This record gives sequence, C-alpha cells and structure tokens, in this order.
Amino acid sequence: MLPRAEFVHWWFATGFLILGLLLLAEALVGEAVWRRRPWRVYLWPSFLFLMGVLMWPVMVFYTNSTIHMLAHGSWAQAMMLAGAAELGLARGKLHSPYWSLTTAGAFLVSAAAILLHEQNGWFYARAAFLHHALGWTFVIGAAFPLARAFKPSSAVVRTGFALVFVVTAVFLYSDRDAAPIFGHMSPLAGAQHR
Amino acid sequence: MESHFATEAVANLRRRSLRGAALNLIGPLTMLGGVVWAFLQPYRLTFLHPNGQGFWWLLAEPPLYVVLVGLAFAVLIAPALIQDLEEAEDAAEG
Repeated sequence: MLPRAEFVHWWFATGFLILGLLLLAEALVGEAVWRRRPWRVYLWPSFLFLMGVLMWPVMVFYTNSTIHMLAHGSWAQAMMLAGAAELGLARGKLHSPYWSLTTAGAFLVSAAAILLHEQNGWFYARAAFLHHALGWTFVIGAAFPLARAFKPSSAVVRTGFALVFVVTAVFLYSDRDAAPIFGHMSPLAGAQHR
Repeated sequence: MESHFATEAVANLRRRSLRGAALNLIGPLTMLGGVVWAFLQPYRLTFLHPNGQGFWWLLAEPPLYVVLVGLAFAVLIAPALIQDLEEAEDAAEG
C-alpha cells in the first residue's frame, strides 16, 4: 500500500527543485525587487516549512529502523525551524540576519541525518551512493546559508544557496531503491530495478 | 561626455536585458531538462506503458514533474518578477 521510498525521494526532489528555482530567481533580481510583492516574500520560506511538516509522515511510515526514525524526525524539525525563522525574517517579526543561521543549522542537521542513517558504503548501491553524496553536499553547502547570515545581499552567496537545492533535487531524482551506481552494486542490495 | 552617457546607457540596457532574459529562461530551460530526461529514460514515464502498473507507479512521473515545475515558474512567477524588475530599473534610472 505504501509508496516505495524512491517515490517519496522524487516528490521531495520536486519540492527542492521548486525551492531552488525560487531562490535562483531571488538571487537574480535582488532582494529589493523580490520583496516588491508581499506574497512572493513568503513563497520559499513557507514551502521550506511545509516540506518540514511533510517529513513527519515520512518519519511515521518509513520506520525501517530506529536510526531512520531519528534521522527523518530530526530532519523534519530542522526544516520546520529553518522555514519558521525565514518566515519570521520575511514578515519582519525577526530582525537580526543571524536568524538565517538556523538554515545553516538545518543543513548540518540534515547532512548528519542523511550520513548517519546510511549504513552502507558509497558503492553498495545507487541509494547508498546518493545518501553519501547528499550528506556531503549539505555539509559543504552549509557554507552558503552561513555566509548569507553575514553577507545577505551577496549575489554569489545567494546563487550558491539556490544551486545547493537544485543539485539536491537532481540527486533525489536519480534515486532508485535498488540500482547500480557506476556499474557497482552489492549482491546483498537485492534485485535490481529497471 | 555624451558618448560616456551613451556607453553607460547601453551597458545598463545590456545588464537589464541579461537579467530579464535569464529570468525568462529559467522556466523553459527547466521544462527542456524534463523533456530531454524523458527522451533519455522513457521508462521513467509509466503512463507511456501503463499496463500492469500500480497506482503509485502511475503517480510517480519524475520527468513530468520537472516539466510542470518549469511551466509553473514560467507562468506564475516569471511574468510578475520581470515586470517588477523593469519597473525598479526604470525608477533607478529616473
């Protein structure tokens, strides 16, 4: 009855792609133009918050192990916190740009969650490879939200921030439950899919 | 002096058209990415061969999702943003 894990990854990939495109557009036009219409200001922070909320059903229904439950749960909380802080900044309820550090924190929590709940090596199967790649992408990518707290108007920082989400979307779309990666696949990984 | 102003105006126009063009391209390029992906991996579009596919397999159509995201951006986000960008640049030029 439940959708396969790879389907959930593809749905979240779509969410990350939407986030990435919105952030890329914001980086292109600059904050002043982006804020000209009030509804636009709330778009990506509310979407990030929503993705955090949607991680809860993932935690409940995909409890393969305790470590999976902890990883998905901590990820949900981190995404909701980052989304809420960005919403507060967008609304003007929060003033300090250092609140953006919650997004850097969410990146690092997400990275830890992805890396820690993947028990297999890089070339075990494609899903394992992508978990490692995603985890390290978020570790390195955390530099962008970190820099954004100190240089919020930098186009390079904003573009880098957006591209982390686009790369994440590409990785998640590439995921299959059991598929080879660069010709490698452990015989313990199960039957190969299409 | 006039030539200096003309050069600056051309540079401004070029910068503006570049940003506007880049915004205009985000949606179509995303859609193109989805279409290219569909041609490279047609088996990921299960509605092309629906026999024997379950509900979730028919719902999960990743290349189509990419096309729809690009379309939504091009239709819902880009036009208003380009209009605001042009207005802001006109106001800055006085």
